[in-house]
Amino acid sequence: MVIEDLVEIAEKERAGGKKTIIRCCMAASCMSSRSEAVKAGLEKAVKDAGLSDQVEVRGVGCMRLCCQGPLVGVEPGNILYQKVEPEDAASLVASTQGAPTDVERGDPEQPFFKKQLSIVLSNSGVVDPERIESYIGADGYKALHSVLFEMTPKELIDHIIASGLRGRGGAGYPTGLKWATVAKTPSAQKYVVCNGDEGDPGAFMDRSVLESDPHSVLEGMAIAGYAVGANQGFIYVRAEYPLAIKRLQIAIRQARQIGLIGSGIFESPFHFTVDIRIGAGAYVCGEETALMASIEGKRGTPRPRPPFPAESGLWNSPTLINNVETFANIAPIVRKGADWYASIGTAKSKGTKVFALAGKIENTGLIEVPMGTTLRQIVEEMGGGAPGGASIKAVQTGGPSGGCIPANELDTPVDYESLTRLGSIMGSGGMIVMDESTRMPEVARYFMEFCMDESCGKCIPCRAGTAQMHHLLDRIVKRQGTARDLATLEELCDMVARTSLCGLGQNAPNPVRSTLRYFRNEYLALLAPGSNGQLAREEQTANSH
Amino acid sequence: MGRLRIATVWLGGCSGCHMSFLDLDEFLIDLAGKVDLVYSPLIDVKEYPENVDVCLIEGAVCNRDNLEMLLDVRERTKVLVSFGDCAVTGNVPAIRNQLGARSSENVLQTAYIDNAQANQRLPSKDGIIPTLLERVRPIHEVVAVEAYMPGCPPSAQRIRALLECVLEGRPPKLEGEMLRFG
Amino acid sequence: MAAKTLNINGKQVSADEGATILEAAIEAGIKIPTLCHLDGVYDAGACRLCLVEVTGVNKLLSACTTRIAEGMEVHTDTEQLRKYRRMTLELLFAERNHTCSACVSNGHCELQALAWQNGMDHVRYDYCFPRWSVDASHPRYGLDHNRCILCTRCVRVCWHIEGAGTKNVAGRGAKSFIIDDLAQPWGDSETCTSCGKCVIACPTGALFTRGSTVAEMERDPSKLAFIVNARERKQWVV
Repeated sequence: MVIEDLVEIAEKERAGGKKTIIRCCMAASCMSSRSEAVKAGLEKAVKDAGLSDQVEVRGVGCMRLCCQGPLVGVEPGNILYQKVEPEDAASLVASTQGAPTDVERGDPEQPFFKKQLSIVLSNSGVVDPERIESYIGADGYKALHSVLFEMTPKELIDHIIASGLRGRGGAGYPTGLKWATVAKTPSAQKYVVCNGDEGDPGAFMDRSVLESDPHSVLEGMAIAGYAVGANQGFIYVRAEYPLAIKRLQIAIRQARQIGLIGSGIFESPFHFTVDIRIGAGAYVCGEETALMASIEGKRGTPRPRPPFPAESGLWNSPTLINNVETFANIAPIVRKGADWYASIGTAKSKGTKVFALAGKIENTGLIEVPMGTTLRQIVEEMGGGAPGGASIKAVQTGGPSGGCIPANELDTPVDYESLTRLGSIMGSGGMIVMDESTRMPEVARYFMEFCMDESCGKCIPCRAGTAQMHHLLDRIVKRQGTARDLATLEELCDMVARTSLCGLGQNAPNPVRSTLRYFRNEYLALLAPGSNGQLAREEQTANSH
Repeated sequence: MGRLRIATVWLGGCSGCHMSFLDLDEFLIDLAGKVDLVYSPLIDVKEYPENVDVCLIEGAVCNRDNLEMLLDVRERTKVLVSFGDCAVTGNVPAIRNQLGARSSENVLQTAYIDNAQANQRLPSKDGIIPTLLERVRPIHEVVAVEAYMPGCPPSAQRIRALLECVLEGRPPKLEGEMLRFG
Repeated sequence: MAAKTLNINGKQVSADEGATILEAAIEAGIKIPTLCHLDGVYDAGACRLCLVEVTGVNKLLSACTTRIAEGMEVHTDTEQLRKYRRMTLELLFAERNHTCSACVSNGHCELQALAWQNGMDHVRYDYCFPRWSVDASHPRYGLDHNRCILCTRCVRVCWHIEGAGTKNVAGRGAKSFIIDDLAQPWGDSETCTSCGKCVIACPTGALFTRGSTVAEMERDPSKLAFIVNARERKQWVV
């Protein structure tokens, strides 16, 4: 494979396009509402109508408005159909030839779509994730070629630093800086690891990227490998994402077949292989040191840092770990330039962020917006607010490690610092909307139960502290808690946050703390009568049976 | 100032703490010279009196009688001391809590039916045998406690150290190895 | 090896480059409470009792896993740390069924000693009273899960010193527990050499020699460090 071969594949792909393209969403959400049957129906209808040389039916990745799936798009015309049934296929195909159809139309001009800015998701819903040619046709692997032949690793890292990209896994550590550290650590063996162990309830950004555009992640990893001097990459994906795993396997096989992964890429001296490691279902394996232990075949528990993976990671070698979305940003930054990327977003948070909208919201689905977009724009304009005209009470960001942001803070721009200031975190991008019917102490109890169940059990504050906090929250929710219980809970929140070994425990109190900060009255209203921290005598004797 | 009114109470425990109290030996005589023992299993008073200054409570809260008694004691006492491991931790009586949410039924079933060699029958006599609580609890889970004296039993030395605080008008508090459980 | 100078609790201390804060403190006669640390095996940093404050570092660091640096300023005994240590111990006592009065290790238990040393006169959290079993299938030793604090000292000596790899951890969170081989009765283990190092390593009454009754289990974990020193540094001094 040399650049001419790549260009040839791209041109052939673009030239081979038929007059009409019917895109059918083949990501997990639409597939769960029978989009496979829709696609098969469309293919049969095209054949039956004798339109095979004019109409292409293309399985594509996530088309984002998951709640209206299965989604089908028709080009030219920018027509969107929603809630498509397999029985609609013939009518839909006929419509491409001018016939009227009563298949439900979606509005591609609604704010949900129009307010999005796609970098990570630019191929999502457009290319066929199971055909590498489709990705190459969308300028795929050009960035890898250009770094190998036009940039030194140092220049490449400076480029990433200049872009201002920060880690999309949640903490927001500057990506270029991390790359530079790994690059500077001397070692004969280094590794690049992609963290695809997305486990936050309500989060499906990484899954969508892997299902919709796996090659963008592979290309980002290969570029990173060149930058830091690694020749082996691992993608760690949770077993609960079988479709993402399947598409990654296809992508790796196809890239290897045509020489874009493996030895002597583009006939350069650069070697880079990628293997998939499948997680066994432990949330904590999303924590980087636990993830590495799991890749090494050990029990997936975290270890104290330092040493950081950049210094001593997989098998004690310097290891670069980035999240799926971070890697998916790399090729566009290389192709379009650091200045372009740095021009998007806010002063300290550059580029875009993908969010998974879920909960009490009209438009459930996937969005990509520039950093600095306000929560109100996201949940009210794009998300369409809460169903049934209910008012929004809070937005939970960052999963079990994040916090609940109250409705009166919805004008906050979404960036790393602003969300932290509100007691939440950017996290990986899960956004759960809650309406006025949501009871916040119960939300806190839910997330605490999640952390308690997912604690690995290694360190005491997380293992035993989350269990006690859950117990206290449970008692408060059941109206059996006292003011003393609430005080004990707050003291434990502080202690578990300060003393736990890894991020899981350190952030487990966040949902409690943020709901106490903004919705304290809801807790106080639940406290049982009593004085001096003790239940009243009547309560004591009543509870004793 | 009147003499200190001191009491000791025996809830769900083996009375070992009270035996240890008797091990105070000649200090008991000093004590008798300075305080009034107004209620105790060691003396013949039926009703827990009002206005008690300090009460040592032995045992965990295991049944309805224990609970009612403890709530009365709390209302009528200034300084409550959890006396011994059963009072402080639940200790041996609380082992039955491992039998789960219905531990009161389960413990009787285990003791009187499952493991009984003969005469398998649950004891019952209304008004005589107190109803077991679902869960055995240490004292401070039920009422506020001012001081803790761990030990199974606490040695006479520990009891004396705590009582000396009381006699000298200091808040009762043990430190160092005096706090060892077991 | 070069020495480094640091300051612990206001005292100037020097220690070998590469030493941990814990090692430097021990050398200087400063006591930091530990539970999962065991001389002779690698550290896990799991019990969080040895957390210390280091000036300029926002997070609390475990003294057993953090290497010293020149000019480091360490505080090991602040009010905040004392509070967290006591809470950690209370959480441990509430977690499983540590009935000290009826324990083989009563009077010789590291957990029990840490409790009084850190002023824990009672546990403010509700006791969990989980149901755990006792594995008495091994002819010489027993494992009482009720008294296990999951410090993994037994696991580490089994792998690192004995090299048998019998002991491990299964499960997650509060439901984690120590297993033998593939979670089978200890007595059925084909890898266990019955060396007893795990029993020597145990800080509580979880691992015991069969036949011992209340307060009879006394152990000398320094034997383990002796074996490692003899093996790795060829030092045979007792």
